[in-house]
Amino acid sequence: MNGLPGLYNDFIAIFLMMAGFYVVISQGNLVKKLVGLGLFQTSVFIFYISMGKVAGGNAPILTDGVEVYSNPLPHVLILTAIVVGVATTAVGLALVVRIQEAYGTVEEDDIQAQDDAEEWPDDTAQDSSKDTGPDANGSARS
Amino acid sequence: MSFLEHLPVLIVIVPLMAAPICVLLDRPRLAWLVALIAAFSSLFCAIALLSQVLDGSVISYELGGWAAPWGIEYRIDLLGAFVLLIVSAMAAAVLDFAKASVEHEIPTDRIARFYAAFLLALAGLLGIVATGDAFNVFVFLEISSLASYALISMGRDRRALNAAFQYLVMGTIGATFILIGIGFLYMMTGTLNMQDLAERLPAVADTNTVRAGFAFLTVGIGLKLAMFPLHLWLPNAYAYAPSIVSAFLAATATKVALYVMLRFMLGIFGVDFSLHEMPFAWILMVLGVLGILSGSLVAIYQDNVKRMLAYSSVAQIGYMVLGIAIATTAGVTAAVLHMFNHALMKGALFLALGAVVYRLGSVRLNDLSGLGWHMPWTMAAVVVGGLSLIGVPPTVGFISKWYLVIAVLEHGWWPLALVVLIGSVLALIYVWRVLEVAYLRPRPASAPPVSEAPLSMLIPVWLLVIANIYFGIATHLSVGSAERAAALLMGTAPMGGAQ
Repeated sequence: MNGLPGLYNDFIAIFLMMAGFYVVISQGNLVKKLVGLGLFQTSVFIFYISMGKVAGGNAPILTDGVEVYSNPLPHVLILTAIVVGVATTAVGLALVVRIQEAYGTVEEDDIQAQDDAEEWPDDTAQDSSKDTGPDANGSARS
Repeated sequence: MSFLEHLPVLIVIVPLMAAPICVLLDRPRLAWLVALIAAFSSLFCAIALLSQVLDGSVISYELGGWAAPWGIEYRIDLLGAFVLLIVSAMAAAVLDFAKASVEHEIPTDRIARFYAAFLLALAGLLGIVATGDAFNVFVFLEISSLASYALISMGRDRRALNAAFQYLVMGTIGATFILIGIGFLYMMTGTLNMQDLAERLPAVADTNTVRAGFAFLTVGIGLKLAMFPLHLWLPNAYAYAPSIVSAFLAATATKVALYVMLRFMLGIFGVDFSLHEMPFAWILMVLGVLGILSGSLVAIYQDNVKRMLAYSSVAQIGYMVLGIAIATTAGVTAAVLHMFNHALMKGALFLALGAVVYRLGSVRLNDLSGLGWHMPWTMAAVVVGGLSLIGVPPTVGFISKWYLVIAVLEHGWWPLALVVLIGSVLALIYVWRVLEVAYLRPRPASAPPVSEAPLSMLIPVWLLVIANIYFGIATHLSVGSAERAAALLMGTAPMGGAQ
């Protein structure tokens, strides 16, 4: 259990988690973001399932001659979490479909550009949301 | 008697079961009625539960008759009952308001499903608070979150879709972090029951696994709470959601996340570990202060009044986080108290804006010109809510800031008191911007005529406004409950009713 080989599953989980997380952050395509999110969640499932394994343990079914069982509880928990993950992906994809209908694109940058153009039509699509013009601010202080 | 015994689970089950009924009925008015009845039943349960635990006792309910720690335990103590009351009362108030507002903002064929999602969000939020099982918290958190993503995406503006998607991504990352954190705790203790966890953790607290679990939980809950650097999902989500969704989520979702933070950090990890051994209090203090200042500052520059209130929520969360960071019973009291008071003021303000949207179809600052004279009752509600946000006596905002400042000064940390004061001044500026436009500018002649909002909207708004003033004068219930709940959490309770 100790040393590198014993932690093999954990390293896989961490690698998958970081890969998924990176995809979520770096990708501008909303569908790819959801793929990354799925990867991120799945890594946690692996982490939980590995946690339940007891070295030398049998499957948790009562039979004669078996003393050590693996812990089935994390597996059951993860069954719930998988359902949650599926639901999240479904809701996310449904949102992407509606975003595609409303904006005609699923690229984050294009959506942002369209929103900015709507917000400040005469502005050259500034990036900061704090800029609503100096006059609004000025009148507040007067 | 047997009916009363089942209250801890009924409060969650009733809205959960009412949600599919809404979908099956598929009639806007019937669905609204079902939702209203469910919300009021939950409110009744919450009041009954609060009256049972007011003396400091704890209600434990074994789900399906399986004894804890094997079965799932629902556990209601004073803090839990207090938060249950906030959530269910806000749901009831918002649903009173909802009928006209929803018919106006949501396409008719989606109204029934809208109420179903609303009830699911309510059930999830109530479940998080009622449960005594760490994994159950995650499940209910996801139920409420998934429902809120759907609710937010139903906003009329297409930006609501993008806001909901951003919230979905960040919310899922937050929930997954919480899941990892719970996994680490389970690894070390072999239990998911909160009571059990609290008992077994001290023995293994000095390990990196527990510290990692603590860190994951802090970040995960921080995301759900919209604590300062993790708040990016909140402004757009609240700004573009349908009016009643903004009001409901602003008044309840972040409060429940704060409850989860109190429950995990102080209840499970324990005061010693969280506040003394880990640098939790310092981190929270810095983030709280930054949240107050940045949230208020950005709010000043907002053109959309709903977005302004959303940034103001970030600042208000900063006050609550600061309360926890003070790490004394008085500080936690201030945090719990502000939870209650902030729900009242933000509920009133967002509902009043919902009435503005109903008549005007916009909440852009310039469109509000002269509205104070055309919608006098609605804008008067905004005035009182705004005063409460600033913290002017005799509103609830004053009470929570008063307790926060007292808690800060107990330590002699006067710079923090100064931060609270600066936050109030900044609130004064952004509230004044709205009032200036609404009262001092004439309504342009070209603008379409507007009339006062219908009575069915004004009554719930003014009920909340009156509550803002009432609980600012008669502080017995709010301060009394908050003080005792904080004392129980910090382990300095004068009465040992627990267990």
